Amino acid sequence: MKQSMTLGKVTKFIGLAGFLGTVKNMFTGKLEKEDFKNFLRKVIVPLASIFLFFGLWYLGSKSLYNIEAEHRIYKALVEQGPTEAEKVRTCIASGDISCQPNTLPSPAQVWESYKMLLADHYAISADKQAFKEKTAALNVKRIANGEAPIVYTGRPSFVDQILTSLKTVFAGFLLALFIAVPIGIVIGLSKTLRSSVNWIIQIFKPVSPVVWLLLVFMIVKTLNKDSSGDSSFIISFISVGLCSMWATLVNTAMGVSSVDKDYINVAKVLKLGPVQKVFKVILPSSLPLIFTGLRITLSVAWMVLIAIELLAQSPGLGSFVWEEFQNGAVDSNSKIIVAMFVIGLIGFLLDRIMLTIQKMISFNKNDGI
Amino acid sequence: MSSTIIDQKYRHFDIENGIVYSSDVMLDLSKLKKVYPTPKGDHVVLEDLNLQIMKEEFVTIIGHSGCGKTTMLSMIAGLNPISGGNIAVLGHHIKGPGPDRGVIFQSPSLMPWMTSLQNVMLGVNQVFPHATKAQRTDIAKYYLQKVGLEDAFNKKATELSQGMQQRVGIARAFAIKPKVLLLDEPFGMLDSLTRGELQDILIEIWNKEKITAVMITHDVDEAIFLADRVVMMTSGPKAKIGDILNIDFERPRTRKAVLEHNDYYKYRKHLIDFLEH
Repeated sequence: MKQSMTLGKVTKFIGLAGFLGTVKNMFTGKLEKEDFKNFLRKVIVPLASIFLFFGLWYLGSKSLYNIEAEHRIYKALVEQGPTEAEKVRTCIASGDISCQPNTLPSPAQVWESYKMLLADHYAISADKQAFKEKTAALNVKRIANGEAPIVYTGRPSFVDQILTSLKTVFAGFLLALFIAVPIGIVIGLSKTLRSSVNWIIQIFKPVSPVVWLLLVFMIVKTLNKDSSGDSSFIISFISVGLCSMWATLVNTAMGVSSVDKDYINVAKVLKLGPVQKVFKVILPSSLPLIFTGLRITLSVAWMVLIAIELLAQSPGLGSFVWEEFQNGAVDSNSKIIVAMFVIGLIGFLLDRIMLTIQKMISFNKNDGI
Repeated sequence: MSSTIIDQKYRHFDIENGIVYSSDVMLDLSKLKKVYPTPKGDHVVLEDLNLQIMKEEFVTIIGHSGCGKTTMLSMIAGLNPISGGNIAVLGHHIKGPGPDRGVIFQSPSLMPWMTSLQNVMLGVNQVFPHATKAQRTDIAKYYLQKVGLEDAFNKKATELSQGMQQRVGIARAFAIKPKVLLLDEPFGMLDSLTRGELQDILIEIWNKEKITAVMITHDVDEAIFLADRVVMMTSGPKAKIGDILNIDFERPRTRKAVLEHNDYYKYRKHLIDFLEH
């Protein structure tokens, strides 16, 4: 019972409440005839869309594979003659890794790569753990002598890359929050200030993440000259923050400036002081809009993060994708697609978390998105 | 009719000079003027409006839509700047809004993120900063009980019906113990049953507290039932006081007694005749 309740919560959280409920009813025999339409809408059509998606993907990858294979055989025929061409044909048909056409991977290949990446992660984790145990005694001694402990310097696993990306996006998100919310409140409160800084917002809001990265790079490079550490993390999280903060800034300013006139009148009649007016009336009433802004900010942050990591050479999913692309190995393409799904899923989850928080703090329960 | 009509009861005014000697005057509007500048020239909403309201008096104001009733009330509340003349509470000219003039707005205007108790406490905390927390809570709870919301202290404003929200609005206004209570068509958005209920609640609390009240209404029956005097305003622009009708029913009143009183239809006819001209 308890389990099914949590399951219900989870499905509701990811927006699939109707689906599992209907499936459950089907098995427990509660499904009436008039529920058939409901069943069709909530179970059959979503399932069909999933099949359609994978089917199209499969067919697409197969035809691209054939095009690529034909091209290779043709190239061998023109450049090296019929014997070589026949060799290439048998080699491709045999499935040998050395001559596989490199194109859009099929769903099965992506699934294989996913399992491989996971196995790789476990291998690296085990390796790390072994390393830690091996160096534990030595490190204690080194610390006692005032030396730096030995740390693991092997390559990061795919999961490590994901965690690094999450760390960067949260750092960027927090930066955006701490810059945009206070500034938004201040400019929301003053009409003069709002009109005087409006041009900054309007001009910088549409600037591309790449340019922000370059700007941050210029500044951090100069400021960080003495430090020997790697500044790529700093550069990427600051760029993410700067790119994504605009939605929160604009929404906060709008929320604060458009508080219901009735509430302001109540505050005036009760003669609330400025601090009380801001904290008891203005902020609570603009919280829903601020959170809408934060939700947009987080999704923008996650979206630009990949591009920024890719350019800043900072570790994370972005550089993972880029390295795989540069690598050009047989399974590189399918690893890139795995990363694509992971990026999409994490983005979706982040958005759902924000939506849940937003619903929790929204005083008008009908305000749901 | 002259705008300096004053009730026989308050004969101790120097009507000729418009000066009030009595300390019984709670609210004094003299030569009040409101002008909105427009590109086509000034739009005069109110002009030369004089009205004295006594302590412990309940005055209702009736007039056609757009005649400037609400403008006048929000000027008394201090929410709308005065263009000319002045408004005094107990002889002191008002400067902006303040808790000496409690307002019950047309929409309940509760903070939707607060419970009904917190909404009332917002004002109580402001007006009684030196009282202990328990004392302030007691005041807020007392008035919420008075309006029949003893079961809804911790309900969020959004969980309450429109009528219940307006009850909180009434409790909030009385709880800050204002000198003057300003009511801007507080029951205009309610259905007639709820409206009757809330009129009863309002008049019951008022009977106890006797706070000078100025209430705008569109409803002739409501105006008669609640008021000591009904002030009729002429249609704008340049609206002023058209006529004042004394309602001499005894207090405390019951709706039944008022409706059965011989003078009721006389009063009603007087008001309707004025409004239809």
